[in-house]
Amino acid sequence: MQLIDLTGRAQDRWAHVGDEDPIPAEGPVIVPAARLFEVAEGRETGIHVGNDTDPEDLVPLFDRLQLVSVAFPSFADGRGFSIGRKLRALGFDGTLRASGPVIADQFAYLIACGFDEVCIPDALAERQPPEQWEAARRLISAGYQRGLGAGRSILDARTGR
Amino acid sequence: MYRYDEFDHRFVQERVAEFRSQVTRRLDGSLNENEFKPLRLMNGLYLQLHAYMLRVAIPYGTLDSARMRMLAHIAEKWDRGYGHFTTRQNIQFNWPKLSDVPDILDALASVEMHAIQTSGNCIRNTTSDPYAGVAADEVEDPRITAELIRQWSSLHPEFTFLGRKFKIAVTGSAEDRTALKVHDIGIQIVRNTAGETGYRVLVGGGLGRTPMIAKELRAFLPREDLLPYLEAALRVYNLHGRRDNKYKARIKILVHEIGIEEYARQVEAEFAALDRDAIAAPVEEVARIAAYFAPPKLAARPAESTAFERARQVDPGFAAWASQNTFPHRVPGYVAATISLKPIGGAPGDATAEQMRAMADLAEKYSRDELRVTHEQNVVLPHVALDDLHSVYRGLAGVGLDAPNKGLVTDIVACPGLDYCALATARSIPVAQNIARRFGSTARQKEIGPLSIKISGCINACGHHHVGHIGILGLDKAGVESYQITLGGDATETAALGDRTGPGFGYDEVADVIEKLVDRYIELREVPQETFLQTYRRVGMEPFKEAIYATH
Ligand code: SF4
Repeated sequence: MQLIDLTGRAQDRWAHVGDEDPIPAEGPVIVPAARLFEVAEGRETGIHVGNDTDPEDLVPLFDRLQLVSVAFPSFADGRGFSIGRKLRALGFDGTLRASGPVIADQFAYLIACGFDEVCIPDALAERQPPEQWEAARRLISAGYQRGLGAGRSILDARTGR
Repeated sequence: MYRYDEFDHRFVQERVAEFRSQVTRRLDGSLNENEFKPLRLMNGLYLQLHAYMLRVAIPYGTLDSARMRMLAHIAEKWDRGYGHFTTRQNIQFNWPKLSDVPDILDALASVEMHAIQTSGNCIRNTTSDPYAGVAADEVEDPRITAELIRQWSSLHPEFTFLGRKFKIAVTGSAEDRTALKVHDIGIQIVRNTAGETGYRVLVGGGLGRTPMIAKELRAFLPREDLLPYLEAALRVYNLHGRRDNKYKARIKILVHEIGIEEYARQVEAEFAALDRDAIAAPVEEVARIAAYFAPPKLAARPAESTAFERARQVDPGFAAWASQNTFPHRVPGYVAATISLKPIGGAPGDATAEQMRAMADLAEKYSRDELRVTHEQNVVLPHVALDDLHSVYRGLAGVGLDAPNKGLVTDIVACPGLDYCALATARSIPVAQNIARRFGSTARQKEIGPLSIKISGCINACGHHHVGHIGILGLDKAGVESYQITLGGDATETAALGDRTGPGFGYDEVADVIEKLVDRYIELREVPQETFLQTYRRVGMEPFKEAIYATH
């Protein structure tokens, strides 16, 4: 997997732990939501959630979480966009990661929905290197919608807000 | 009519540049075909049976002469000299080359047009009443709301990869001319008891293989809550709509499966949690849009026109056309005139470049430079003075657009079917042509009265056959075209889905069957004013069934 954020290719400092993997003794770790209880409190912790998760269920965990990774099983399955937006609206202010084969052409939408970074398969990162993500993100300089995480809405620009 | 400001211009130009770069990235392998497909669809580009098809958005069906002329230019320069107006008030070009598409999009952008979201699993072109600003029963011009939705829905970051396409219609009148109840979301502008305007919101209508009539989601929504409420409605759908089966992914299935009460509860909960002020359009912005739709200043005229009366006396063709193809205007002395794109024997909804230019000229000269595309695949000149109506008619007659058949048996809606569409299971255009030829006589059509025939070339129902008074669905039965007939469909405020008559008919039998149905109706009706639909509702299926299946 390859991590890309607003600065381009990024180093992933988080250990990804699957359903069966042992949890490393130290360092930042992303675990499946169901295994959160296995991680000591106070440690830098993230959880990975499916795109059928109800974001409201995560609210009680916000204090413990520095990162939430949302699964995108396919770039065409857009549920994660709503999950990201809802997590932000509910007050999550840690790192929000989109994990799965999302494409560069969706980067701007992901950022607008509150995501900070994407973690994509290596083969995809090879076809779509970070420069493409950066370029694609900048192609549309402003959108119409208001109340999104990033950028200024055309509606606000028009009214000088 | 709405005009782009610098922001709209930049947005559309950037969108074209984005698509150009996506084509390049497809060619160099950065995007694979699977990834490129939804991106091209969201720019209106389909792969059809023989070629690419480009569907251009005509937001809420409103055009001016410059835009219509550009469509003519595109048809001539990059296509085969014609275009096809669709049931979504858009236009399709059937033969563009992929490599020309970015140039076509640039040409469209130069007249403030685009092909954004005319396809794909996103919010599609918002449709509206072709008589907006004309109809006397209108609470407010629905295009103000439709334009607001056009902007809000354009590249919405959260709702661009939905489970399935999403169609919204807006009407400002109680008499529905937008097929509101077969939309994913239907919005009716209403006035509450306190005299405030707001919205009645319907949800979960649709045609396709599981046709459903929309249900009421909200009886009255304050107008400032429109966009936050739509976000809540779309979010519940995006999160909970089915993704396991493309045919069950429309919102109508979600609403059907969990029930309208539960869906409404979830939407209201989501809505209550939103920061509405942060999402809603500023009032100044709504006012800015509304100013573009201020009623045109039409000079006062007498309600009667002597020139019109004289022309009616001397030109019977004009008299027939004027009585059938006009709609009352709220300003005395004016009418809205329907240009039928259903000449007998033509392909429903098609217009040549020459015809488009003629329509543009007439609009410029006689209709405040405005045209409307209807979901019945016709074009309306919304503001024509009665004094000018004969000139308009002669102009139309000169290019073969004078069919006096609006709303009659030959005003047939038909999808492209097997002549163009890769999904088709049967022809639909030639079926429409056969029926129209059968009923070609103007006098006979008039005698039959209002009758809407709608034809789809496959179960996807783009021809809206479920809501035709007579619906025709072309299927494939072991390699042979078979046409299923439905009766009693209705797309208006009294919406209903048609009932199947029984076993289907062969291609060559369809016109005969329709004729038998029509003849039976004429026998059955109590008075000539009783329409086909009224008769069907009164007598039911049996006598019609008997007419087409009984062996005499
Ligand atoms: S109804 Fe079927 S044949 Fe007709 S346009 Fe739609 S998909 Fe194609």
